[in-house]
Amino acid sequence: MNTAAIQQFLHERFGAAVGPVESARLFDYVEVDPSAVEEVALVLRDHPDLAFDCLNNLSGCDRPTRGRIQITYELFSYVHRHAFVMKVGARRDRPEVRTVERVWPAANWLEREIYDLLGVIFLGHSDLRRLLLPDDWVGYPLRKDYVEAPEYHGISTVRESALKLSERR
Amino acid sequence: MSLELEFADGRDVFATEDMVLNMGPQHPSTHGVLRFIIRADGEVMRSAKADVGYLHRSIEKIAEKVGWHGFMPYTDRVDYVAAMTTNQAWAMAAEVLGGVTVPRRGEYCRVIAAELGRICSHLLAAGAMGMDIGAITPFTHAVRERELINDLLEELCGARLTFNYMRIGGVAWDLPPGFGAKVLRFLDHFEPYVDELDDLLSGNKIYIERLANVAVVSRERAIAYNLVGPNLRASGVKYDIRKHLPYSVYPEFDFEVPIGEGRHGSVGDCWDRYIVRLHEMRQSARILRQAIDGLPEGPVIAKVPRNYKPAAGEVHVHVETPRGDQSWYVVADGTEYPYRVHIRTGSFAAMAMIEELSRGLMIADLVALIASFDIVAPEVDR
Repeated sequence: MNTAAIQQFLHERFGAAVGPVESARLFDYVEVDPSAVEEVALVLRDHPDLAFDCLNNLSGCDRPTRGRIQITYELFSYVHRHAFVMKVGARRDRPEVRTVERVWPAANWLEREIYDLLGVIFLGHSDLRRLLLPDDWVGYPLRKDYVEAPEYHGISTVRESALKLSERR
Repeated sequence: MSLELEFADGRDVFATEDMVLNMGPQHPSTHGVLRFIIRADGEVMRSAKADVGYLHRSIEKIAEKVGWHGFMPYTDRVDYVAAMTTNQAWAMAAEVLGGVTVPRRGEYCRVIAAELGRICSHLLAAGAMGMDIGAITPFTHAVRERELINDLLEELCGARLTFNYMRIGGVAWDLPPGFGAKVLRFLDHFEPYVDELDDLLSGNKIYIERLANVAVVSRERAIAYNLVGPNLRASGVKYDIRKHLPYSVYPEFDFEVPIGEGRHGSVGDCWDRYIVRLHEMRQSARILRQAIDGLPEGPVIAKVPRNYKPAAGEVHVHVETPRGDQSWYVVADGTEYPYRVHIRTGSFAAMAMIEELSRGLMIADLVALIASFDIVAPEVDR
C-alpha cells in the first residue's frame, strides 16, 4: 500500500487524530496526534494488509519556529516490503508522547536516545533514562536553544582557538 | 533430631543470592569501550544491562556546526572499522537533497572501496569471533589478510582506517594506475584463503559447541528489534539493502544474499551469524571482480559548488554497511549547514537486544553473543 492508501485507511478509523498526506519534498508522511500514537501504531502493526512489523528508525528534530519537537517514525514491513513514514509533533513546552515500546521493542532504546538528546518524555516507557550522556548532564544538546555549560565536574568545555594561542606566542 | 532448613529469621538455608558483576568499560572482548552490569545466579545470567555512551562524541551535533562538505571526515569516526560505507551514506544523503548525480566511474570507485571495506570488516569480525572464544590463530591470519586490503586502500586514498575518500558528488581520487590488477591479484590470493579460514574455524568441534544453539534469535524477534544486515539474515530473513532497496550501481552486479540455515543448531544462533559473514566475503569478492571488469571511463566526481546549499527538505537514506542497514535521517533548511542528522546504526539495534537475549545465558556466552553481533561500540554511541 502507498502512503495515500494507508492515510485513508487510518483516517477512517481514527478521524482527526490522523492528518492528511504531507510532503517533505523527498518523501510523503502523515502527521499523527501525540496521544493517539500507540493505538495507531498497533493498527499499523497488526492489520494484515499493513503488517508494519519493523520500526526501522525513530528520529527527533527540534523545530522552535513551529513550537514543536518533531518525531519521525520510519516503518517497514518485511511481509509486504513496503514503507511508511509517520510524524508526531510534541509541544516544545510540554513534550509528551505515548511510547510505542510495547508495539515495537526496538523503540525502547530509540526513545531513550530522543529523551536523552531532545528531552521528549515518552509516557509509559519502562526505563526512560539517559542513554548516551551521563545521568547528571544538564539540558538537551540537540535542542536548538541549548547552551553548553562552561564546565562539567570541573572540566572546562570551552577551549581557546588554536589560532589565537599561536598569535600570543 | 530434625534437620534445620530455616534460619532463625525464617530465611531458607539453601537460598542463594544473585550476584552483581561489572564487565567493562575496559574489557578485551567488548570490542570498544562499553560496560555491562550483569545479574547472575552462579554462572547463569538473569540479565545483562548494557551501559553505553563512553564513546559518545556528539557526531550528530557536530554535523550541525561544520557544514555539508566538512562533515565527511567525521563520518569515518561513526564506524571506523568500515568507514567507506559511512562515507558513502553521508554523500548519498547530501546528493539526494541537493539533486547531484554521481558520474558512473565515481559510483564504481565507491563500490570497489566499499566492498574492500566490507571484506576488511568481516575479516575482523570472523577473526575476533574465534579469538573471543579461545581460538587465537584464525585471528592472526585474518589480520594478516586485512593488512593487504589496508595497503590497497592506503594506495587509493592515503589512509588505512579513517579514509575520508568519498565526496559529495563522487570520490576524491580516481583509482591509481594498475589498481584494478592489484585488486584482482589480491582476490586470487584471498578467495582460497576464505576456504582456508572456513576449514580452520567453521567445522572445529569446540567452535561449534560454543556457538551452535547459543543466543538463538527467531525471525520474529529479529524483526521486532530491528536487527539488520548479517544479524537479520542469520535469522533467515533474505533482505539486503544492496539487493532489495538498491542504490549506487549495485543492480548491475550479480551476487547472492546468504542467510542462516542452522547447519549445526537452530536458525539464528551465533554460529549462523558467523557463517553468514564468511559467505558475504565471497560475495563481496564476486562484486569486486565484476566492478573491476566493467569499470567505465570518465570523471569520478561531479561539479559541486564549494559552498554547498541544498534546498530545504528531508531525506531517509539506507546503506548496507558490514553491520547492516544504516539508516540516515537528514534535514536541510536551505543553508550551508545541515539542520539535523540522525544515524541509526546496525550496532545500536543489536546492542538494544542484548538485555533480552542475555536472560538464561551463561556469562561466558555473553562474549560469544557480542562477537556474533559484530558490535562496534563507537557506532552505538556516535
